[in-house]
Amino acid sequence: MLLAAAVLDGISFGAVAVGYGLPVWVPVVMTLLVFAGGSQLLLVGLVGAGASPAMAVAAGLLVNLRHLPFGLAVSDLIGKRLAARLVGTHLMVDESVAFALATEDRNKARASYWTVGVGMFFAWTLGVVIGALAGRAVGDVRAFGVDAAFPAVLFALVLPALKDRNTLAAVLLGCALALAMTTVLPAGVPVLVALLGLVVLAVRRSERAVCP
Amino acid sequence: MPLIAIVILALGTYAIRLTGPLLAGRVEFSARAKRVLTVSATILLAALAVTTAVFTGEQFAGWARPAGVTVGVLLALRRAPLVVVVLAAAGTAAGLRALGVA
Repeated sequence: MLLAAAVLDGISFGAVAVGYGLPVWVPVVMTLLVFAGGSQLLLVGLVGAGASPAMAVAAGLLVNLRHLPFGLAVSDLIGKRLAARLVGTHLMVDESVAFALATEDRNKARASYWTVGVGMFFAWTLGVVIGALAGRAVGDVRAFGVDAAFPAVLFALVLPALKDRNTLAAVLLGCALALAMTTVLPAGVPVLVALLGLVVLAVRRSERAVCP
Repeated sequence: MPLIAIVILALGTYAIRLTGPLLAGRVEFSARAKRVLTVSATILLAALAVTTAVFTGEQFAGWARPAGVTVGVLLALRRAPLVVVVLAAAGTAAGLRALGVA
């Protein structure tokens, strides 16, 4: 189920990337080398919208900063051998970390981390190749509405996180700011402006401090 | 898309991933710092979703795309599988365009 969703995610990413006029190898190489879906969508989406590549890369790296605490949490599962470490590090994605951390037994957790990580890597790459080839074969992906599938997939991706009230409030504020700024600021900047939504967390925290 | 952008994103991402295991046992991230990082990622992705749903660059994207996205979002909220979300969003936009709605 997880892997089927990953293939599908990959297909839509590959098709959208080609729809933005990128050659087929770009989304594929990006998936092999970066292997972090959110940041890849951000890079392709922002550059496609006309943002400067430097800003898009900065936004992508910002999204991937969450892997830093991930790495602390799963370091003992990756293993000590150099080869295991080099490969295991690359397999650190939301899904592999989530499955490993949800498993109590350390040996089973290690198995989940590697199984899910490897599975996600192949499922995503397969999807991206299919999507990019299909996108090229179709030509005008707009006629097939692929450009509408892209934001919908992004939304489905963040939906579970929005169950948390404070996250939801921060996201709503951020999105409102980004939308308001889109016609004013250069492409790509509004998405970064959305980070101002983080003030919600600070405000909520001080409220709690005042009336516990 | 310049190749250099992909390479920098790849190297930077790998460095971020590698930092955790290298620091393990020496540094502890506060729960609050972890939370800010997670919420930041959610905000960036949500903002990209919302802005690309309505705009192409700085121009209004036309009605077909936001309509398709809305259908997809409503289905996602009703816990429809991702396949259904994708097909419904794309299908709605494609259908509207076939009918002459930009």
